Amino acid sequence: MTMDMFVFLILALVAVGSAVGLLISRNGIYAALNLVLNFMTVAIFYLLLGAPFIALSQVTVYAGAIMVLFLFVIMLLGADKLAPTSVLSYQRVSAYVLGGLLLAEIGYWIWRGALTGVITPPPADFNLMSNIQEMSMLLFSQYLLPFEVTSILLLAAMIGAIVLTIKQKGGRD
Amino acid sequence: MVPVSYYLVVSAIMFSIGAMGVLIRRNALVVFMSVELMLNAGNLAFVAFARMHNTFSGQLFVFFVMTVAAAEVAVGLALIVTIFRTKNSINLDQMNSLKG
Repeated sequence: MTMDMFVFLILALVAVGSAVGLLISRNGIYAALNLVLNFMTVAIFYLLLGAPFIALSQVTVYAGAIMVLFLFVIMLLGADKLAPTSVLSYQRVSAYVLGGLLLAEIGYWIWRGALTGVITPPPADFNLMSNIQEMSMLLFSQYLLPFEVTSILLLAAMIGAIVLTIKQKGGRD
Repeated sequence: MVPVSYYLVVSAIMFSIGAMGVLIRRNALVVFMSVELMLNAGNLAFVAFARMHNTFSGQLFVFFVMTVAAAEVAVGLALIVTIFRTKNSINLDQMNSLKG
């Protein structure tokens, strides 16, 4: 077993384990921390795949900004514990069955597609700066329009969040 | 080196666990986190394919998915806070009326 495979297997174990931890933890804070661990392992996957810029964005945007927002809302609402009540009693069983079916189906198509293309190691002169340079060249030439649309999307999300949480005039919460 | 299909298998397992989380959990915040997990699994598949085909387009698509996820989290958490104000609960089973 090569070193790459060893690192990959340990990371895959941590990634799947933290995802299961998110699924079964009863406390909202623990679920959020499991998700942070999962994001970190995925960031290391990106490094192994030769995408350092995406890996660093993953750590700052996902594990940093988004999860801080989640933890903030969990603590703001005081909703970290929730009794596991469900109206539909058969829902849990059917959810496990359907999730298992989904996994089997995806697994079948991965196996059927015979996607065994081996990932070539990055070239010897590969470094962080060249990755960012290549990506930004592509981003500001071929993908310029989606980039501009993204700015409108972020503006709309910002205004939407403000409008949704603003308190009505006269309303005292 | 690690074959691409291994990354795809990890991605598929993470996506399925996220889908199960959406179906099983009743806490709106945890359901939301499961959606993030599914987005993340898709991103992992994107980067793996980008590496396989030696192109940067997949990595750029992940970049766009990240911005969409950030926008989604901002609006979604604002919705959850608003629902909590009116219903005093974020249990999804209690959100059964359109008019608060």
